[in-house]
Amino acid sequence: METLKIKNATCAALAQIPLAEDYASFRQTVRELLSSESCHCAHYFALPDETGLTLVMCIANDTDSTLELLGFKAVEMTYPSLAVTATDRFEREIAENHGIVFSGHKWPKPLRTTPDDYPFYRSDNEEHHEVGVGPIHAGVIEPGHFRFTCEGEMILNLEIMLGYQHRGVERLMLSKSMPEQRAMLAESAAGDTAVGSSIAFSSVIEALSGFQTDDYTKVCRTIACELERIAIHTGDLSAICGDVAYQLGNAVYGRLRTPIINFMQKWCGNRLGKTCVRPFAMPYDLTEALREDLLATLGAYEKDFTQMSNKIRRFPSVLARLERTGTVSTEQANEIGAVGMAARASGLQRDIRKSHPYLAYGPDFIPVVKHHGDVYARTRVRMEEIQSSISLIRSLLADMPCKSDISVPETYSLKPSSIAVSLVEGWRGELCHIAVTDASGGLSCYKIKDPSFHNWTALELAVRGNEISDFPICNKSFNLSYCGHDL
Amino acid sequence: MKHISSLSILLRQGRQYIPDPTTVEVPGIFRGRPVISEETVDNETLVACCPMGAINADDKVSLDLGKCAFCGLCARKFPSKIRFTKDYHLATTVRENLIVNEGEDKPIEFGPKPECCSKFRGSLKLRQVSAAGDNSCEWELGATSNVNFDMGRYGIEFVASPRHADGIVITGPISRNMARATQICYDAVPDPKLVVLCGVDAISGGLYADSEDIDRSFLQAHKADLYLPGNPAHPLTILNGLLALTRK
Repeated sequence: METLKIKNATCAALAQIPLAEDYASFRQTVRELLSSESCHCAHYFALPDETGLTLVMCIANDTDSTLELLGFKAVEMTYPSLAVTATDRFEREIAENHGIVFSGHKWPKPLRTTPDDYPFYRSDNEEHHEVGVGPIHAGVIEPGHFRFTCEGEMILNLEIMLGYQHRGVERLMLSKSMPEQRAMLAESAAGDTAVGSSIAFSSVIEALSGFQTDDYTKVCRTIACELERIAIHTGDLSAICGDVAYQLGNAVYGRLRTPIINFMQKWCGNRLGKTCVRPFAMPYDLTEALREDLLATLGAYEKDFTQMSNKIRRFPSVLARLERTGTVSTEQANEIGAVGMAARASGLQRDIRKSHPYLAYGPDFIPVVKHHGDVYARTRVRMEEIQSSISLIRSLLADMPCKSDISVPETYSLKPSSIAVSLVEGWRGELCHIAVTDASGGLSCYKIKDPSFHNWTALELAVRGNEISDFPICNKSFNLSYCGHDL
Repeated sequence: MKHISSLSILLRQGRQYIPDPTTVEVPGIFRGRPVISEETVDNETLVACCPMGAINADDKVSLDLGKCAFCGLCARKFPSKIRFTKDYHLATTVRENLIVNEGEDKPIEFGPKPECCSKFRGSLKLRQVSAAGDNSCEWELGATSNVNFDMGRYGIEFVASPRHADGIVITGPISRNMARATQICYDAVPDPKLVVLCGVDAISGGLYADSEDIDRSFLQAHKADLYLPGNPAHPLTILNGLLALTRK
């Protein structure tokens, strides 16, 4: 069957989404599209309206930079699972929230509820033992439950049970009607990706209200998003060093994050970039003085960063812990539909900044791709992405567009009966925000997908065959979001 | 050779800690304790502009820092009425002290210290519980332990086990799914113990206060001993609040 092709950060009338006549053809089309490595599932959700439920599939196609939408009007409560690993978690979400049973689903378990009798995978071999960790972990970290099945010190299987952080973000997006409330909810979907999330939110609101932002706003948002990437990657490098007991790296990267997030505070008043991005225009200008400050900050940062990173790249006792630990193969990454940094460390060419250009990113953007898929590959991707972000910010600052005098609407009205999709490459990977409006232009559905939604499965696969003592370092190398998954 | 390169990194880093985190000035446009002027504005619009419902104008205009997300929207819309200062000393042991009234420009009163605090002088170990926090307060709590803020120098540290802790620091509005774990963790901390609420979501529920997926019954059963406002709370707000508890 046909699909509706739209570009990133644009909208279409709901009626334009082709609806399959029967589930079999919907399923077949989806399976065919997803069998190609250049296509992956960006979102799959159930859209409720007066007449029932419509299953909506959104596939990101890298070859022609489009998002392919197709739907199916669900009339029954049971359908065969798509049986595509990358869509398993989406089917669990639909099942949990809308009661549809996907027969033949490999893992029909709760997603955001935490029942006492959660059906964990179990081994009945007497030589195996289980280790349960969480929901509260040893550290200043969000909650989730990890259940390991081990043979001696070796992990055979890890099952991650999430949902502890579920606080109803998507539902509140509809019930809170003030624009600022919605912007804050989007930001707090994952507070460590505040900039990325608010860019995705702003893009769908702008698409639905038919507003074109000026180049200045686009460049400012790009800079903010890259600064967020630098800051968190730096913090993660610090944590990775900490987990292999390399104090110097832990301390140096830890303190190097500070000038970057302090710059965000100078710019917008918040170290994590909350309130930095809002729909239509920048609430806080990137003034001439701030731009000079940023160049100086990056200059000082780069020297220390390079010295430290060069040291680690040649330090055998650190490398011994990072190399060949927590490996995810290219085939596995592709099968589970991994996105972002974790996918690129496993050899997948998957970067929305290149494949689905938005803001100031263009098709000439060169993603950092590594092939070993281990903790070291993810460490190297971080190091090189920091370098690439610094270069990008410098080139943007060198050719900074002037602020235009377009008038910014105080309030906005959204196109009725429409759907807008925005993909943003946050530091973890692809964020997807989808907004749907009803006949009167009110929000009727808002879906948020954090890259962690795909990548938690990558962590489960990465630790197999590793010693349980290497779990923390594997976990840190992904640094996935609990709140972004649980919403 | 490898030691020489490590030494050269150390040397380059120089001194990174903030010598006195109780008086240091924060860079940029930090939004700390607000000051509300007595100027007359359209109170209805002022109250309505706050996404958090933190502004009250029933009698005099007041702003509740336990509900405020420090977004600065009110100050942008009514610059002559509300102004955010760079004062990060926002911590208090009394919930009501977080309400800033118009015409006042005085520090947030820390309030009386819980009696047990004399036992924690020079050593306070805390267990952090993220209960649907968005990982921003968690981030800043972590930052207090880095080499810049270096909270460890005052004997204040986060520990892995509640058995080793003198209290819990809660972030997030407390989701239904985390309510029981929060209680279990609190029960596992030996007496006497503290409850610290960090960030707007923990203090008042924030935007999630009326979500059906939230369960704040823990806070009805247990009185909080320290409030650390912010969205997220700034490391200096956190550090100064905890320091005030442990100092004479």
